[in-house]
Amino acid sequence: MKQSLFEHRHMAEWEQFSLLLDKLEQDSKAKGADNFLADYRRICQHLALARERGYSSFLNDALQQQVLRGHQQLYRHRSHFGAHALGFILAGFPRLVREQWRFVLAASLMFFGSLFAIAGLVYLFPELVYNLIPADQVSDMQSMYDPDAGHLGRSMERAASEDWAMFGYYIMHNIGIAFQTYASGLLFGLGSAFFLFFNGLMIGAVAGHLTHIGYGQSFWSFVVGHGAFELTAIALAGAAGLQLGWALIAPGRLPRAEALRLAARKSVLLICGVMLFLLIAAFIEAYWSSMTTPAPLTKYLVGAALWVLVAIYLIFAGRTHHAPE
Amino acid sequence: MLDTTALPRKATLPPPLDTRYQVETPEGIDLPLRPAGLMVRALAFSIDLAIRGLILGLMFIALAMLGKLGAGLASILLFGVSWWYMVLFEVFNQGRSPGKQWMGLRVIQDDGTPIDWSTSLLRNLLRFVDMLPFGYFLGAISCLQHPNFKRLGDLAAGTLVVYREQPLTRPQLPPSQPRRPPFALTLTEQRAILGFAERQAGLSDARVNELASILARPLQVPAPRAVAELNGIAHGLLGPT
Repeated sequence: MKQSLFEHRHMAEWEQFSLLLDKLEQDSKAKGADNFLADYRRICQHLALARERGYSSFLNDALQQQVLRGHQQLYRHRSHFGAHALGFILAGFPRLVREQWRFVLAASLMFFGSLFAIAGLVYLFPELVYNLIPADQVSDMQSMYDPDAGHLGRSMERAASEDWAMFGYYIMHNIGIAFQTYASGLLFGLGSAFFLFFNGLMIGAVAGHLTHIGYGQSFWSFVVGHGAFELTAIALAGAAGLQLGWALIAPGRLPRAEALRLAARKSVLLICGVMLFLLIAAFIEAYWSSMTTPAPLTKYLVGAALWVLVAIYLIFAGRTHHAPE
Repeated sequence: MLDTTALPRKATLPPPLDTRYQVETPEGIDLPLRPAGLMVRALAFSIDLAIRGLILGLMFIALAMLGKLGAGLASILLFGVSWWYMVLFEVFNQGRSPGKQWMGLRVIQDDGTPIDWSTSLLRNLLRFVDMLPFGYFLGAISCLQHPNFKRLGDLAAGTLVVYREQPLTRPQLPPSQPRRPPFALTLTEQRAILGFAERQAGLSDARVNELASILARPLQVPAPRAVAELNGIAHGLLGPT
């Protein structure tokens, strides 16, 4: 068949399909797309014919564009966001954490290990803190947790608007750190390990120092509540980063690029859970930890309850197969 | 370019020497995509950077009037704009952030399908590594050495930045009397002659004559008449003879 005859016969269909594509690109749920599949397959066939018969480049390119646009519409990823999110929170995330327990264990050892080790060292050898943190920052920290005065201390309640300011700040700061810890895992896991150790050392040094100088009460009662979510989240972000790095170091039977892609797919889900944890942590930190009315004992009890809650959630949620889905 | 040795009619064409990236769809169609290189992507990113700076600047001025509440909102805004700007635009605007839209680019997955939440989040989180140790150093190196110009985030997420298809205009063929070719044409020869006729408007007369005169002998016409002869054959291939 000559090209002009072919064009003449099918021109109307192509124009109609193009209009349908325009509509679908504007609004993914547009009406009149009932015959989309059949139309798309016909255009594919026309393109194959045009190529096989050696029709001109213009016709080939025009049909190719239509096929490409149709392809984009047909293979769109439909996400049922609400249902997925609920299933993920109730079961998917803790399952994923348990599935990746090796990385979670390694990251936790790096983070909590360095945290407690340095806290103990600083408590025993107090001058060590000045090797890790500049002196003016140390005095900033001291004034912040000073039991007698200070804006986190007990002398004055913060205004609601200030809670807001801190909430925003915690979100930005903490999730930013989690993202960095994760992303730098791409450097063969070294970046994640660095951030885990670094954050562990910093937090540990501050904790040891403040306990040593006798501000332990105001410090620990402040951090114990949101720490359950925040510290766990940092460790999990590190685990996700280590997973990325490990895919590059030991890809198994896959090519490195492929192994990396598969690991990335899984680890990004962990990061979604980490974000959720950090949102909760920021909320607790801004609205509960900063409250000064409850007695320290109450704060410790609530904090312990939150730690147990996180542990139970990560260890036991989603064990039964049928429940959440 | 014409092949010197004629291919049998059914033979597949040799892969062209360019940066095109072939995606085979389940319908059995090969779709060529054109990956975008470092320069145009850097420009798109600069545009996005400027837009983000502008948004933040304006919002900070507005939020500064709200005091402490404003400071909290500003932190959240800073977080949102620096980590989520790209993700939201890529997911909701068919893989195009404003900068990419401006430069005629879009992000897709390796198999040619549109980008989804997790892939977009992944490629934009890993941007942090691409920026190390300064000014997109690792990203630029990865982009320059990869055949499809992928930065590290693209490698891990399995995504590709390609040029968007631009609308085509029907080329005007130079008028001529339809003619039959003097011998049977192979598929490549047929495409080449049609391409010659379609693209003539963009070539100088001298170049058109030079190209056509190469074929004067096989077409058995004097060199000056070769252009008209080729255009005639092209018309003959397209329409009724």
